[in-house]
Amino acid sequence: MAEYQNLFTAVQPTGPVHMGIPLPKGDWKRTGTPWLFHLLGRLGNAQIGPVYLGGLGVASLVFGTLAFNIIGFNMLAAVDWSPLQLVRQLFWLALEPPPPSYGLSFPPLAEGGWWLIVGFLLTTSLFLWWARTYRRARQLGMGTHVAWAFAAAIWLYLVCGFFRPIMMGSWSEAVPFGIFPHLDWVSALSLRHGNLFYNPFHALSIVFLYGSVLLFAMHGATILAVSRYGGDREIEQIVDRGTASERAALFWRWTMGFNASMESIHRWAWWFAVLCPLVGGIGILLTGPVVDNWYLWSMKHHVVPSYPAVFPLSVDPALLGGKP
Amino acid sequence: MAMLSFEKKYRVRGGTLIGGDLFDFWIGPFYVGFFGVTTAFFALLGTAMIVWGAAMGPTWNLWQISIAPPDLSYGLNFAPMNEGGLFQIITVCALGAFGSWALRQVEICRKLGMGYHVPFAFSFAILAFVTLQVIRPVLLGAWGHAFPYGIYSHLDWVSNVAYQYLHFHYNPWHMIAASLFFATTLALSLHGGLVLSATNPKKGEPVKSSDHEDTFFRDFIGYSVGTLGIHRLGLFLALASVWFAALCIVVSGPFWTRGWPEWWGWWLNLPIWM
Repeated sequence: MAEYQNLFTAVQPTGPVHMGIPLPKGDWKRTGTPWLFHLLGRLGNAQIGPVYLGGLGVASLVFGTLAFNIIGFNMLAAVDWSPLQLVRQLFWLALEPPPPSYGLSFPPLAEGGWWLIVGFLLTTSLFLWWARTYRRARQLGMGTHVAWAFAAAIWLYLVCGFFRPIMMGSWSEAVPFGIFPHLDWVSALSLRHGNLFYNPFHALSIVFLYGSVLLFAMHGATILAVSRYGGDREIEQIVDRGTASERAALFWRWTMGFNASMESIHRWAWWFAVLCPLVGGIGILLTGPVVDNWYLWSMKHHVVPSYPAVFPLSVDPALLGGKP
Repeated sequence: MAMLSFEKKYRVRGGTLIGGDLFDFWIGPFYVGFFGVTTAFFALLGTAMIVWGAAMGPTWNLWQISIAPPDLSYGLNFAPMNEGGLFQIITVCALGAFGSWALRQVEICRKLGMGYHVPFAFSFAILAFVTLQVIRPVLLGAWGHAFPYGIYSHLDWVSNVAYQYLHFHYNPWHMIAASLFFATTLALSLHGGLVLSATNPKKGEPVKSSDHEDTFFRDFIGYSVGTLGIHRLGLFLALASVWFAALCIVVSGPFWTRGWPEWWGWWLNLPIWM
């Protein structure tokens, strides 16, 4: 039994490349001549391409490239136009949002104006890519589940960079574009609001994040374990249940007393993955506009023990109002 | 009736690793087997110990119940029952239950003629737990470095340990692990979405084929990994997430004791920048 675990494709037959299902009238032609890449074929399909560009795709790439380059040039300006220093300090550099004094107004370019412009360009790019996701599915006569999952991710992005800053009355609340700086933002947000671990929506979001990883490990492993019965042909198994589905289902039924079906496991997967950014976005949106300090909130609701007061009460200077 | 319509013909004897036919039976939907008995033993004993610990503790508030590890002063010794000894017994029970569960999965795999991918994957989760509760405390020389068993207390542990290294997000293996967790979730949403969109097409359309799935993904991003490949990719991403998560915590303390932002000094001080 141990000799057939199907972890990689040992024998790789090559045939003619697949050009794709014909597209309806009005669509562009697909771009690129497909080619076979042997190493990829060890894992999955060897074929790369063709790709469908289309008006939405091209426009999305234009806006996305513009945003990417503006971020890059702002970082380059920060190191006095030294390409060497750009590489050296890349993880530390950022395109920062405007300082708090500008509120929601439009600041000079060098003081967050570029950040606002990039935010607009990147959001436009994402919306165009979302429309493309929706349209590519529809043009092939398929459902739009991928697009709606993508929309959940866009929701979290908009909460962090748009909705919450507006509710807080300042673009300075938004996330900077940069590797370490966006991590600093995460920590600062958490500390400022009494530790995000005490935010129940954050907890739920983490549950769905870890849950998604758990589900993919369970699902991926199960399908590979029944691949000798054709378990990887999931659509066929969904419409006409075979022994692969039956064994996969019984494995979990006998293990934990419950099983999904070949179709429902993909609904579990979709919802777990979608709920991660969905509830995470709710948690971030509440942090500040609704709940100032999640630790105090949790004490009030008896979720965490209240510790004896060792230090005299101090007033959070941020609550006193006034411009920073 | 606990049996599915097609289940009866799969309920055959054999495939056990130990105990022969003795425990080769089902209770309701659950398969028992020798390791089912040991799982139940460890799980029940461990749960009872947790309840006992809660009874001795200050609260029955579900969120606040916590079974703490021994004080650091006990080092790697056994601690008195009420001062971390319970925690030690519960940890042993957890290890016993997790190991039994994995071996029970192996027996079920054998019974159903399946590959061993699921118990192999589960062993990564066990490895992560062992890393946190055994390997790292042993390397640091005290059981007190393990995390407490409680809903909010384990979050406090994560927070406190992380801030001991100033800013844990700068831990490079934590960065890789977090990226892999997000990547796995992204891949899961794409896979779930793709299969659902092929089997639940536009109204009036017939169910689509895997050719449609491949075409959608090639149109979308220029590559489709395929129906078999996505499950290899998903399993790999998920296991890599757990692997790097275990790595990022085991290096914190035993192999790196300063703030993680400082770790990056080697990069900033490479001779190539001169």
